[in-house]
Amino acid sequence: MKQTLGLVGKYFLLMKIVFSKPEKTKIFRKQFFTDTEKLVIDSIPIIAVISLFIGAVIVIQTASNIESPLIPKMYVGYMARESLILEFCSTMVALILAGKVGSNIASEIGSMRISEQIDAMEMMGINSANYLILPKIASATIFNPLLMLMSFILGLVGGAMIIMFTGIITMNQYTEGLQYAFQFYYIVYSMVKMAVFSFIITSISAFYGYYSSGGALGVGRSGTKAIVVSSVTILIANLVITQLMLN
Amino acid sequence: MIKAINVNKNFGEQHVLKDISIEYKPGICSLIIGASGSGKTVLLKSLVGLHDIDSGEIWYEGTQFDNLPFKEKKHLRKEIGMLFQGSALFDFATVEDNIRFPMDFFTDWSEDQKMDRVNFCLARVNLKNVNKLYPNELSGGMQKRVGIARAIALNPKYLFCDEPNSGLDPQTSILIDQLILEITQEYNITTVINTHDMNSVMEIGDQVGFIYKGNLLWEGNKDNILTSNCKELEEFVFASGMAKKVKQYMNA
Repeated sequence: MKQTLGLVGKYFLLMKIVFSKPEKTKIFRKQFFTDTEKLVIDSIPIIAVISLFIGAVIVIQTASNIESPLIPKMYVGYMARESLILEFCSTMVALILAGKVGSNIASEIGSMRISEQIDAMEMMGINSANYLILPKIASATIFNPLLMLMSFILGLVGGAMIIMFTGIITMNQYTEGLQYAFQFYYIVYSMVKMAVFSFIITSISAFYGYYSSGGALGVGRSGTKAIVVSSVTILIANLVITQLMLN
Repeated sequence: MIKAINVNKNFGEQHVLKDISIEYKPGICSLIIGASGSGKTVLLKSLVGLHDIDSGEIWYEGTQFDNLPFKEKKHLRKEIGMLFQGSALFDFATVEDNIRFPMDFFTDWSEDQKMDRVNFCLARVNLKNVNKLYPNELSGGMQKRVGIARAIALNPKYLFCDEPNSGLDPQTSILIDQLILEITQEYNITTVINTHDMNSVMEIGDQVGFIYKGNLLWEGNKDNILTSNCKELEEFVFASGMAKKVKQYMNA
């Protein structure tokens, strides 16, 4: 318990250093776009593939579970939309990103730590935490909600494609379900969740990377801890945000 | 000039530096020597503020460095260049960008001025046509040279080198030593080098401090190190088979 509290304190102290004013705006901007490419744009293919397939699977599962002739088939579209927007496109995508982006950040910063590159920056008088971590947090927190939107749209497309191939329901029923009782607020809720999750993934992974020690093995351990702690924190945050925004 | 007064550093129960007092002058190469684990690197990193000391004082000219606030410490660090044991070049940047890195942060120079300085620094360490290469495309000796070029990019007043010859062959080691000596004398830099390489001591050891189990046991230079009466130093200096033969020859 004492160790956990110590870690939490260390994390907030690091965040205090991270959220200081960048030395030069021009350098921050350059780093921001580099990190956006690495953390967000490079994640598009994996998120796209997973979203297409999950959208298709949700449609098949929902259709196969609606056996009663009294329930209209358009509910397949409705259920697919709600499942995707409420949980899959934010929480599940965030958990996938925690694995992909989190290990990337922890190992990158951890390698820099053990090869003394971070010490070299500090020696030059550069705030290494601010230079290395802030652009990552900023780019992921700003752009990942857009990734969530993309995932939502592709999930729906995946559902439409499986309907086209299998004829499990008609396309009209599907699109009618997609439009039924649509609440824009759910998109806002999902985007807020994704922004918070992105902050959690980047900051926790960077924290473990920044304090890596013990050579290559230490970097490996940091990567694993980053993924585990980020994932658990995402699940807790999911519960809290859902309670706050939907209840 | 850099001065350490009664510096102590502990890691938990382990007392790593014990009351170290030493002074480093500009224009000469000052060496810290000692066996692995003796506290050399801890002393060097304490001098530059990468380790906080537990007691004692560290002075840079008239400024007490160890108790400076973070911002002022940062300001002073702009006058310090450091060559790390593994060179610590940034993997994500080319040679050119590595050397430009401190310039981008701390100068308002134009692109042309920065490039002129990069090329000057590279020429100073005898490197050509490597601007666009990445660190993993360079040999160990070249990486050290780029490290030196980066360290001198902003005309530092102080230069620290942590085992500059580790992993290098004897001939390349001598070249790196000579380069550090030339730069030190040319720009009147206060240079502190951490090494266990006796060849370096004999080449450039204008001032040598021997650390043994966290204590500064002996101070002198390359001329009197072979004739010291310090038993621990003698064991360290004449540890290799070749050195033992030299000693037998000297005694004879």
